[in-house]
Amino acid sequence: MACVGSNGELTESARRMLAALENPATPEQVAAHTELPLFRVRGGLREMAEAGLVELNAGVYASTQQGRALLSAKR
Amino acid sequence: MPNSESTLQDPSHTAASAQPASLPRLGMPAPLFEAVTTHGKIRLDDYHGGWVVLFSHPADFTPVCTTEFMAFAAIAPELRQRNVELLGLSIDSPTSHIAWVRNIKEKFGIDIPFPIIADLNKEIATLYGMIMPGESKTETSRCVFVIDPVGIVRAMIYYPLTTGRNTAEIIRLIDALQTTDKHHVATPANWKTGEKVIVPPPATMEEVDARLEAGFECTDWYFCKKAV
Repeated sequence: MACVGSNGELTESARRMLAALENPATPEQVAAHTELPLFRVRGGLREMAEAGLVELNAGVYASTQQGRALLSAKR
Repeated sequence: MPNSESTLQDPSHTAASAQPASLPRLGMPAPLFEAVTTHGKIRLDDYHGGWVVLFSHPADFTPVCTTEFMAFAAIAPELRQRNVELLGLSIDSPTSHIAWVRNIKEKFGIDIPFPIIADLNKEIATLYGMIMPGESKTETSRCVFVIDPVGIVRAMIYYPLTTGRNTAEIIRLIDALQTTDKHHVATPANWKTGEKVIVPPPATMEEVDARLEAGFECTDWYFCKKAV
């Protein structure tokens, strides 16, 4: 999965997206905050949702406890 | 043959061995897909709200394709300014794509900033009619599909295996399509940004009279231009 590398750590783009979810946000808001292309944010957030790192409610993504734990883990 | 029948009855089936129900057509919705790319899994509708230039190349580590990729990389910033993203495709693996992208960086010093679909099972190539069996049954030809922000196919270009594409023409095409959408006009042969555009021909006598009074630059009632 592209959001988590082979070493079990978040990829750089996933880290940026998760960091942008300090407060719940739409993909458009995450794209604006991270300066990543919107298509990439949509795909990345979807993959992170499948991995349980974020959750989607009514078009707004929020990080999960698992996502926050991975984000705060030492690199 | 039961398998063939079930394939034909399922309009969503897009396996490599199946023929798609219909190839892309101008003005029709672009066939949706989810793909493995060098930037992770991408769905076509992830691009909703922006333009996409979906293009295929025959194979990684081939010389014409390498020149094309460097040319596409060169126009990527100009396209992004126009709210357009590039999306490449070939019948190669993600590993091959990654190795080739790294090779282009190493040998030519050029970053490839856009994702490349690894379409090993030919699913999307078949869905979009990118394989021309008269040229090759194992490679995609040089196809370009311009898809607009609501997912409609707006232009298609097909080049043979031997001939690299002209990326300046792709920018010109995008500019023409976006100008058409913004101003409800058409563009003449060899039009470039800043040049006068064609006012669509009138369909009624009332429109003929109206346009003759509108101050357009008219050679005849059906042939009028204006600046935008």
